[in-house]
Amino acid sequence: MADAGPARVPTLEAIDEKFGPPEPTDQPSGYFRRMVDADWLRRNGVYATLALLIGVNVVITDNFVSSNTLRLQLVQVAPVLIVALGMALVIGTEGIDLSVGATIALAAAIIPLYIGYGAPGAIGLALFAGVVTGSVAGLLVAGIGVQPIVATLGIMVAGRGVANLLGGEIKSIRDPAIVSLGTDSVAGVPYVVVIAGAVSLVVWGVVRHSTYGRQLVAIGGNKRAAELAGLPVKRVLATTYVVSGVLAALAGVLLAARSRASDPTKIGLLMELAAITAVVVGGTPLSGGQVRIVGTIAGALLIQLIGATLIAHDIPDSTAQMVQAVIVVAAVYVQLGVRRANR
Amino acid sequence: MSNSDTIVRTAHTATAVLETVGVDKSFGGVDAVRDVDFSLAAGEIRALVGENGAGKSTLVKVLTGVYPPDAGEIYFEGEPVTFSRPLDAQHVGISTVYQEVNLVPLLSVARNIFLGREPRGRLGLVDVDEMNDRARAITSRFAIDLDVTEELGRLGLGAQQMVALARAVSVESRVVIMDEPTSSLEAREVATLFEVARNLRDEGVGLVFVSHRLDELWQLCDSVTILRDGRNVHSGAMADLDRLTLVSMMLGRDVDEVVEHGATEFGDSHLQGRDPVLSVSDVEVRNRLHGVTFDVRPGEVVGLAGLLGSGRSETVKAVYGALHSQSGSVEVAGRRIKPNSVRGALRASVAMLSEDRKAEGIISDLSVRDNIALAVLSRCSRAGFVSESAIDRLVETFVRRLQIKVSSPRQKVRELSGGNQQKVLLARWLCTEPTVLLLDEPTRGIDVGAKSEVQALIDELAEQGLGVVLISSEMEELVEGADRIVVLRDGHVEGELDGATLSSSELLAALAGDIATADALAQEHADG
Repeated sequence: MADAGPARVPTLEAIDEKFGPPEPTDQPSGYFRRMVDADWLRRNGVYATLALLIGVNVVITDNFVSSNTLRLQLVQVAPVLIVALGMALVIGTEGIDLSVGATIALAAAIIPLYIGYGAPGAIGLALFAGVVTGSVAGLLVAGIGVQPIVATLGIMVAGRGVANLLGGEIKSIRDPAIVSLGTDSVAGVPYVVVIAGAVSLVVWGVVRHSTYGRQLVAIGGNKRAAELAGLPVKRVLATTYVVSGVLAALAGVLLAARSRASDPTKIGLLMELAAITAVVVGGTPLSGGQVRIVGTIAGALLIQLIGATLIAHDIPDSTAQMVQAVIVVAAVYVQLGVRRANR
Repeated sequence: MSNSDTIVRTAHTATAVLETVGVDKSFGGVDAVRDVDFSLAAGEIRALVGENGAGKSTLVKVLTGVYPPDAGEIYFEGEPVTFSRPLDAQHVGISTVYQEVNLVPLLSVARNIFLGREPRGRLGLVDVDEMNDRARAITSRFAIDLDVTEELGRLGLGAQQMVALARAVSVESRVVIMDEPTSSLEAREVATLFEVARNLRDEGVGLVFVSHRLDELWQLCDSVTILRDGRNVHSGAMADLDRLTLVSMMLGRDVDEVVEHGATEFGDSHLQGRDPVLSVSDVEVRNRLHGVTFDVRPGEVVGLAGLLGSGRSETVKAVYGALHSQSGSVEVAGRRIKPNSVRGALRASVAMLSEDRKAEGIISDLSVRDNIALAVLSRCSRAGFVSESAIDRLVETFVRRLQIKVSSPRQKVRELSGGNQQKVLLARWLCTEPTVLLLDEPTRGIDVGAKSEVQALIDELAEQGLGVVLISSEMEELVEGADRIVVLRDGHVEGELDGATLSSSELLAALAGDIATADALAQEHADG
């Protein structure tokens, strides 16, 4: 008889000896095959729509297929994408971060104020502002248990207030390093786009392969089960809000660098909505438990392209907003359809 | 009892204030209550008892207008009534006092008592003085000592329940249904609540009392209706029943009818050594557990038995740190583990399989693989990144060891049958290499094949030297699976069964708290 002790993981040989070779079953039944279509739409709808929209633009929009158009679209979408990546993580935990716009304003306000410390110093401080707002959100949500929407709404209001206090009026940015960050390119690709691409790659890798990313998805899927499995739920939640804060601050730096100015009352306004839209349209459910990074990238591109298409055809901004609203509703509807089929 | 049944069948007696005849209610083709006759007289306190799923709450909801019955009639004071919503029932004079008080915590006691019927003064404004005076008159009738101008939310739960009762009185209810009103009350609060209930009865109100605490039934109730599997299995006077009969009716077991052997896959005892691998002492959880103490030795399967509300699940949750305990200690292999910390328990190699597979177990959006590896994610990681190969190895091992039927480890866990989901969860805990395994209803709701596999697995784990705590509502599973059974009642250890006393009949007696019968049975065993 074995010694008293932990249940050791048995060897495969011992199992085979006892039970013979494995037999796979429990195939998806007809019921599950039937819902594949709704599921396909949720998973791939954003790519199909994006491809369709690109196709339409190639035909109807003048000068659409040019490196200039492409570059402009990518530069414009980069900050939104960076914010959306952080938002995707937060939404994956069944949370939401409304404070990203305020964090952008805060980061942008810091750049001209502390440019005296040199560009790296000012950027470092701006990013640190994201750590601060993210930590406050994380503390409220994970530590005290405030609902994410309430906690981050508070920071959204207070954060912009602080940004206005710091920044006051519009300040222009003339530091050559920061201006170059916003306008120059490497091998024809703007720095801003390179940074957004690099951030996307890192976040994708974190979600897929890091311990933190896997814990995050599990917590979003079933928080109580994750707690009972000994996952560091509070730490993961808090970290996620900090990541979202830092990414928003990075977007703020890039926005300020690109516009060579910082206007704390305007910069980053409604960014939370744009980011949430990109995430949801990209197929990440608001109910948490899944993070779709490639979908989020496609979602951000789709929103950007819709706006650009309408502008190129002289359709007013207000219409663009309504179209965006329709797309969000459609995306959420598709998700609900899938959920219901799963019941 | 059949006597009273025939009376109910033929005519609604003049004294019956609330009555149902042949009530059916099913959900998705599953009968929740079936052909239930229920009768409550004015000036009577009737207990409504039954185990989980017996149909108590469905019947209460039919009586209070939450669910319309699929078939059957409801009579109120002899007149047939139909309730299409809860308000209809309230209007005829049926009030409900729930475990959770359904009043407005931010309003004063008096406002709550008169909510919706405030006395009006000039200009149609609420006459606060009049309202407070009348509220005082009502509360003093029941010897409740409280300030009626105080915010309800500031009062203790017991006092809040008293206010709910006072409200029932002030609307001149003819029927008051109390659904587990005592489950979170202190002893003193329970005494006051009973006092109020008796006063109401003496005023001619009919009361229905739902409680898991058996003692309370005899203290308070005049009569009892026992439900099992949605049917009324017994109606009669409380005094005519002893505990053993009541419990055997609830569980549907005749003492001699219980299958003694061969119904399960459990083998013989694998007890090894004397030093306990798990020692639980004096664990206190407010209103739930009162000084629970027991040991588990290596290789031993200790059963936890008890009726609904006895604190079985609470006990394993408190041991695992998933339910906050106020005091007490848990030692694993002689070392005290950090209290109230799941991570501390896991580090001390304790694992717990929750009874609620959906809410506390599986993560349905994730794959079988990720569900199995959940508790060992950090253990299978290096420098913050998950080692996929380490996980693959573990998952393959356990999928094959537990014969989990999957098309691929990447299959979503929600697509699996209940039995396979349960095996996934068992695999999750076995990955952590536990020395103590707490199993809360491991075979509930799974198919027969999976059930015997799980039972055989428990046996094998004990053979390997694990200490196992087994909770099961099935008596056979406990009696055959456990080397020893710790019987819980009302949050404390009522007794232990082992060796000769480990039989279904004795378990039944112990569950009923019928120590005299249990002792007599033990004596019989010793003699025979």
